[in-house]
Amino acid sequence: MPTMNYIDAITSAMREEMERDDNVFVLGEDVGVKGGVFTTTKGLYEQFGELRAMDTPLSESAIAGVAIGAAMYGMRPIAEMQYSDFMFPATNQIISEAAKIRYRSNNDWNCPVVIRAPIGGGVFGGLYHSQCPESVFFGTPGLKIVAPYRPYDAKGLLKAAIRDEDPVLYFENKKSYRLVSGEVPEDDYIVEIGKANVLREGDDITVIGYSLPLRFVEQAAEELAEEGISTHILDLRTIQPLDKPAIIEAVRRTGKVLIVHEDNKTGGVGAEVAAIIAEELLFELDAPIMRLCGPDVPAMPINPPGEKFFLLNTEKVKAAMKQLAEF
Amino acid sequence: MSLLSSTGQQEKHQRLGLNDETLVAMYTQMLTARMYDERMMLMQRAGKINFHVSGIGQEVAQVAAAFALDRNNDYFLPYYRDYGFVLSVGMTLRELFLSAFAKAEDPNSGGRQMPGHFGSKRLRIVTGSSPVTTQVPHAVGFALAAKMKQKSFVSFVTFGEGSSNQGDFHEGCNFAGVHKLPVILMCENNQYAISVPVHKQVAGKIADRALGYGFHGERVDGNDALEVYRVIKEARERAIRGDGPTLIEAMMYRISPHSTSDNDLAYRTKEEVDHYKAMDGLPRFKLYLQELGLWNEELEQQLREEIKRQLDDASSYAEKAPFPTPESVLDHVYADDRKEANR
Repeated sequence: MPTMNYIDAITSAMREEMERDDNVFVLGEDVGVKGGVFTTTKGLYEQFGELRAMDTPLSESAIAGVAIGAAMYGMRPIAEMQYSDFMFPATNQIISEAAKIRYRSNNDWNCPVVIRAPIGGGVFGGLYHSQCPESVFFGTPGLKIVAPYRPYDAKGLLKAAIRDEDPVLYFENKKSYRLVSGEVPEDDYIVEIGKANVLREGDDITVIGYSLPLRFVEQAAEELAEEGISTHILDLRTIQPLDKPAIIEAVRRTGKVLIVHEDNKTGGVGAEVAAIIAEELLFELDAPIMRLCGPDVPAMPINPPGEKFFLLNTEKVKAAMKQLAEF
Repeated sequence: MSLLSSTGQQEKHQRLGLNDETLVAMYTQMLTARMYDERMMLMQRAGKINFHVSGIGQEVAQVAAAFALDRNNDYFLPYYRDYGFVLSVGMTLRELFLSAFAKAEDPNSGGRQMPGHFGSKRLRIVTGSSPVTTQVPHAVGFALAAKMKQKSFVSFVTFGEGSSNQGDFHEGCNFAGVHKLPVILMCENNQYAISVPVHKQVAGKIADRALGYGFHGERVDGNDALEVYRVIKEARERAIRGDGPTLIEAMMYRISPHSTSDNDLAYRTKEEVDHYKAMDGLPRFKLYLQELGLWNEELEQQLREEIKRQLDDASSYAEKAPFPTPESVLDHVYADDRKEANR
């Protein structure tokens, strides 16, 4: 199985889907001639032309809204938000429109749109090129939200999102683009939306997370194994709808759980995961539920010490995991 | 706003390709919409329905626009006062009443949305919401699909002058202008956004905004059916030719209060309303038909009785129709509710 970077997994998913179905197209700022500011859409303009790798005006609500209209017609648009920090002008289109089209028309219309947006910091992006906006959209029924960590899932989930009959927000981690690589099959495959994945089996503690922080969790688990601590890791992959049975199973296995994400703690995805655990298996827990998340500040600063303080890393994750194991 | 001579108009409607039969059909839709609206106001006051948002004073432009489009192929994104429009593209009175009564069989939303939130895939009426002007980018998306798939349909979208200030109007116009998309935007400028008069909404003409987006804009007397028909027909020809979007600003007056929850005399005078009532396009179109010898009081009476009969039928049908089941609240969040839901 070939190894590829996270970003190449995303590009290849788009390319293959555009080859498979000529209703699939990508639109956004700089996605055409330039191939995207991160080069995520590189080569698509050359292969599919300017209509299917469409440079749009700098206008996020139109990017989302036009994609929604085209999707209602029967196209399969992939709308790119250059940075997730810039998708808030499109929030009304996403929450009031895309999420409610099937429901408000009593199943007459639907909106198979994919909205891709890079999340996360660690690139010296300061307040407005670093945010994780998942919690803004999380809890909006009608939306599906995925946030892959491994290149395998990045490709498989994007293909599934494109083929899905409902709107999917696809949060890709921009620091992962060239940092994270892994095996990706050459054959066509999808990763089912709504299914979590066990990254590592273990018996002492369970860590649940999504996106880049799982890299730190995997590294910490490796180091802690040498100290005799066995870690069970669950990658949520899809954050809406959450894979409840997988969460319950993963926590039941060890009775101790740490939830990790880069989005800030209050009102984040982790709060909902913790609530599920508390509702379903409180009396099977051997330790209080722990969360390790970004601090409750508006966003991370650009200065290196501040950015480092904000972000998770292997050290911080390892310390939390150890604390949980020793409880 | 003065009437042209009958001979001038006669030449005009023939020049526009409208035959006598079509003129009568247009008038029938206008009057149906007016009488539907009046019935809804009464029903709300009688406590039969909770809410009505009226389109009285706007029917002439709505119907004329619909008749200028390809009602078998184009896509429509009406706003909440467009009863005349949706009736003209095929929605029935029964369907409107089912919506007003919020019944399960309502094709617009299955009794979920307020009245005036139209939608019907069968009729290519695209589902709409309450946050205003979100439908403009959607219309642009349909037009983009037409261009990409090389189909010869246009999308037609309406909105009020107040909501033309929303970002989505401007973002949608700009996108459509850049890509020269086959979309027709019609602002129904009825002078009021609830209580705020047009001079506190915009400092210039809405039609002039088209200039900034690189396409044709035109103001038209919305009480003049043939003029509205002409500009929409020309806009459609332009769109199909590949010459891009058109913005039409149809001038009219909202004769009714904003909705049944609004006391309009708190912000405007009866004299003002009466002044504009005198310019109402509906009696004006009727007079035109009379001058052509196509209409008389006897035909008027017959038509009113027929519409009343249809309203009574639709009303009693919808009133007797069942509500959605309570549990149906959980349906249609996703394509496969059971699989997705842990609700």
